[in-house]
Amino acid sequence: MSLVESLQVLHERRRDEIIVTVMGTAREWMGIGSHPLDFVYVPSSMGQATSLGLGLALARPDKRVIVCNGDGSMLMNLGSLVSISAAAPQNLTILLFDNGVYEVTGAQSTPGSKLGRNNSGAVDYADLARACGFGHVHQFATLESWRIGLPEMLTANGPIFGHVKVAPIPGAVGPKSPGPAADRAKAFMSQLNSD
Amino acid sequence: MFSGTEIVDLLVELGVTHVVMLPDSTLGLWESALQECNAMELVRVCREGEAWAVAGGLYLGGACPIVMIQCTGMFESGDALRNIIHDYRLPIFAVIGFRSYLNQDTIPGDTCLTFTEPVLQSWRIDYRLIERPDQFPDIAEHFHNCQQKQIAGAVLLAEGKA
Ligand SMILES: Cc1ncc(C[n+]2csc(CCOP(=O)(O)OP(=O)(O)O)c2C)c(N)n1
Repeated sequence: MSLVESLQVLHERRRDEIIVTVMGTAREWMGIGSHPLDFVYVPSSMGQATSLGLGLALARPDKRVIVCNGDGSMLMNLGSLVSISAAAPQNLTILLFDNGVYEVTGAQSTPGSKLGRNNSGAVDYADLARACGFGHVHQFATLESWRIGLPEMLTANGPIFGHVKVAPIPGAVGPKSPGPAADRAKAFMSQLNSD
Repeated sequence: MFSGTEIVDLLVELGVTHVVMLPDSTLGLWESALQECNAMELVRVCREGEAWAVAGGLYLGGACPIVMIQCTGMFESGDALRNIIHDYRLPIFAVIGFRSYLNQDTIPGDTCLTFTEPVLQSWRIDYRLIERPDQFPDIAEHFHNCQQKQIAGAVLLAEGKA
């Protein structure tokens, strides 16, 4: 499935959830539209979107928080899966859009992808999430299964982990920051805290 | 230098809602007091970089978190703290343990002594070094100052052991 298609499905289903996007997901998400509860985490500290999402989810248990992460970013902060399952916020959904590459830096293979490894298959992120203590783990390899499975990812008690297998986009570039980061943080905060 | 109860009472008085922590042998002594406190939540992380982003998310969500880590963890978490406190200018306050400052028995010549303060200065974190028990009130004072100015800050707590 393509990243854009998969995000389109999320966009259609989205109500008043907080959505954190980063790297390629931020680029495509901004192309689809915008919402006051979008946190476009660009610039990011690579890997920290899941941790930022954990903080948001703990501060606002009344709101569903969805983090759209990349596989390279996930690999940079695998421990955050353990921190998340330890804190166990029911309102947090981690979606891993796995294209197998560091797309925004020119599509180099990640060490978790089949092509980036010397003698084994791709890392199984769903198994990894289960082993880290996630009770709700789902895998989506086709657009159809994603369309059917997404509603539960947005409503079931979390923390939830969804592995969404997407195709890399040849020649894709990095996301452009949609404006001064500190000003966006302030605007997001006041929107969220008036909600 | 300070007991868990002293620290917990102080943090509650300051209005702290979450302590995002990765312990060392000094900060770790406060763990049970932090865990038992109903007015604050203890959030455990696996590496210190996470702590800044978790605290950032908490702050964006309207909470009042602090980060509690050793200076080694600050070295580890440079990119995350840069992003949270400089890119997004979130005024996160930290309690940072200064390893070997009072005693180098465990790690003679500990290079933490060389790098901790210059690194804090490079990251432009407004910090106060707490070397003696009588400086306890400085923690609250510095916290209030940073809150008032809406800037990130830290207290650097002299430690004896690694
Ligand atoms: C700490 C750090 N190391 C390296 C980089 C360079 N970098 C920027 S984006 C990126 C790849 C991100 O990959 P992924 O999370 O899989 O997202 P995708 O590009 O595939 O959407 C890398 C390695 C960085 N920004 N920060």
